[in-house]
Amino acid sequence: MKLIDTPNLDDHDGFYAELLAAHRGLSEAQSHALNAQLVLILANHIGDRQVLSEALDLARKR
Amino acid sequence: MPYDYKPFPYVAPPGLSAPEPPHKVVIVGAGPIGLAMALDLANRGVPSVLLDDNDVVSMGSRAICWSKRSLELFDRFGIADKVLDKGMTWSVGRVCHGDDEIFSFDLAVDPGQRMPPFVNLQQYYVEEFLVERALAQPLIDLRFRNRVTGVDQTGEAAHVTVKTPDGQYGLTADYVIACDGARSTTRAMLDLDFEGEFFEERFLIADIEMEADFPPERWFWFEPTFHDGQSALLHRQADNIYRIDLQLGWDADPEEEKKPEKVIPRIEKVVGADFDLEWVSIYSFQCRRLREFVHGRVIFVGDSAHVVSPFGARGGNGGLQDVDNLGWKLAAVLDGRAPASLIDSYNRERVQAADENILQSTRATRFMTPANGAERLFRDQVLALARKAPFARGWVNSGRLSTPCVYALSAPDDLSLPEISRPGTVAPDAPQQNGWLLNELGRDVTLMALNCAAPAGLDLPVIAPRINDMIRARYLGDARQALYLVRPDQVIAARWVEADARQVRRAVDALWEGR
Ligand SMILES: Cc1cc2nc3c(=O)[nH]c(=O)nc-3n(C[C@H](O)[C@H](O)[C@H](O)COP(=O)(O)OP(=O)(O)OC[C@H]3O[C@@H](n4cnc5c(N)ncnc54)[C@H](O)[C@@H]3O)c2cc1C
Repeated sequence: MKLIDTPNLDDHDGFYAELLAAHRGLSEAQSHALNAQLVLILANHIGDRQVLSEALDLARKR
Repeated sequence: MPYDYKPFPYVAPPGLSAPEPPHKVVIVGAGPIGLAMALDLANRGVPSVLLDDNDVVSMGSRAICWSKRSLELFDRFGIADKVLDKGMTWSVGRVCHGDDEIFSFDLAVDPGQRMPPFVNLQQYYVEEFLVERALAQPLIDLRFRNRVTGVDQTGEAAHVTVKTPDGQYGLTADYVIACDGARSTTRAMLDLDFEGEFFEERFLIADIEMEADFPPERWFWFEPTFHDGQSALLHRQADNIYRIDLQLGWDADPEEEKKPEKVIPRIEKVVGADFDLEWVSIYSFQCRRLREFVHGRVIFVGDSAHVVSPFGARGGNGGLQDVDNLGWKLAAVLDGRAPASLIDSYNRERVQAADENILQSTRATRFMTPANGAERLFRDQVLALARKAPFARGWVNSGRLSTPCVYALSAPDDLSLPEISRPGTVAPDAPQQNGWLLNELGRDVTLMALNCAAPAGLDLPVIAPRINDMIRARYLGDARQALYLVRPDQVIAARWVEADARQVRRAVDALWEGR
């Protein structure tokens, strides 16, 4: 597995708050749009197909 | 000036009065692919009977974009100069969202290749040029108004039943090649079905004539204001004819939408009022193929074997590459120079290519016509992002244009040589003193010796191209020398930095066995 699924982000509480703040005041559709753009931007930044596939698997896992 | 559909003459075939001796090859359908097939076989010395139910070229323009590889094949059939001369060479595509251009691409004419990336020319001209060549070719027996109504086969031969204005007759051949298009009679006769995807979307496709001076560029709009939220394509062809594609939605009524009073106002919104409508049709598209292209003595080529949506220009161009792949193999099998199993490699390689074309066309069609929900969400957000971030432009899919498939060969390779000429690729062209490398490759299996002598004792033609920057970049990289084994369809079969005669001979044997 190439995907990092252990703690890797400094100030994750701060990021989480920033993520929620970015959605503040948006309609549901606008929120979906923002999330979709975010996924695309981060996917491009990560730039590793295997990591992305593993991330999709993890997200789909119940 | 609208295209003048001159009917080709019907001549009563000999089979009506007395049984004809068995033929080597009968080709069903003289569309671009059947015509190309007959010409390629004739170039290799194989005679064929080419049957078409009609007596005019393609009604309406249909295919317009012909790829570099197709132009290289047209050159072998002797029509490339006419196509280049009559057609519109283009390389720039512009992609718009709403009414704003979000990016453009340039496929760039490469001075190191004889042919440009794409030429736009109406399908009826391409067919007209091919028919002219076929009629002049003594090895081709082209019969118009000869409709095939039955196909069957034994282990030894295939039979077709043909209907003409003067009655019915039969033909026997070693092989029948089905080039009878997307609605193939041959496919139905053999009880075969396409597998794959059908898109619940309708497109209006129109050719208009106008005295405008739009550049010969490909213009694609997502959600333009002039066509409420759907997609649109504008592309220039020869004779001041422009192609327009407009997405209509699945609920559109095809008969209603085809009426000039409906069509003209839609097009006026794109180009203004000053045009004549030449041809209009409503399509829904499929990306599907036969599971197998070879069924004993019946071989499927072109749209009879696979269909794709037109975004990417992979239909006709893909079919021409089928022809390129099959011609030399069938000629060798008919001459007894190769085992019949060589034809199985046509199936393997062109199924791989069809899958690639289907994958690319399916993705493009889906991007243009996303299903509601997540598909639409991501599509719309890719477009929104493309306006502000360069990376997202590459994700915008208005069609990935046809390039030849790189066949999966398990052949000798040397990884120190350039990637673009690895085994399975079409040999890239390069300039030579008075001409072009691809013209020097000829029609046989050829060994290309670069900066070295060919191993002694080999019984095959050898060429020694003059080394220049283009040859170095495409075939040598950092290596000082190399040997390339090239198939008759100009596909690289194997390559080495150094090899002895035994190694080359082994690769030649593998090639003829279709491995
Ligand atoms: C709107 C549109 C745009 C396109 N744009 C492009 C493009 O830009 N580039 C590209 O490469 N491709 C394009 N295509 C695809 C291209 O037109 C086809 O892939 C191409 O025509 C396939 O050629 P074919 O010879 O296999 O079949 P067809 O062109 O369909 O020819 C089949 C021939 O067989 C004959 N026939 C049929 N049944 C019988 C029978 N029973 N007996 C005897 N004869 C028979 C028919 O009369 C016809 O002449 C486009 C298609 C469409 C619809």
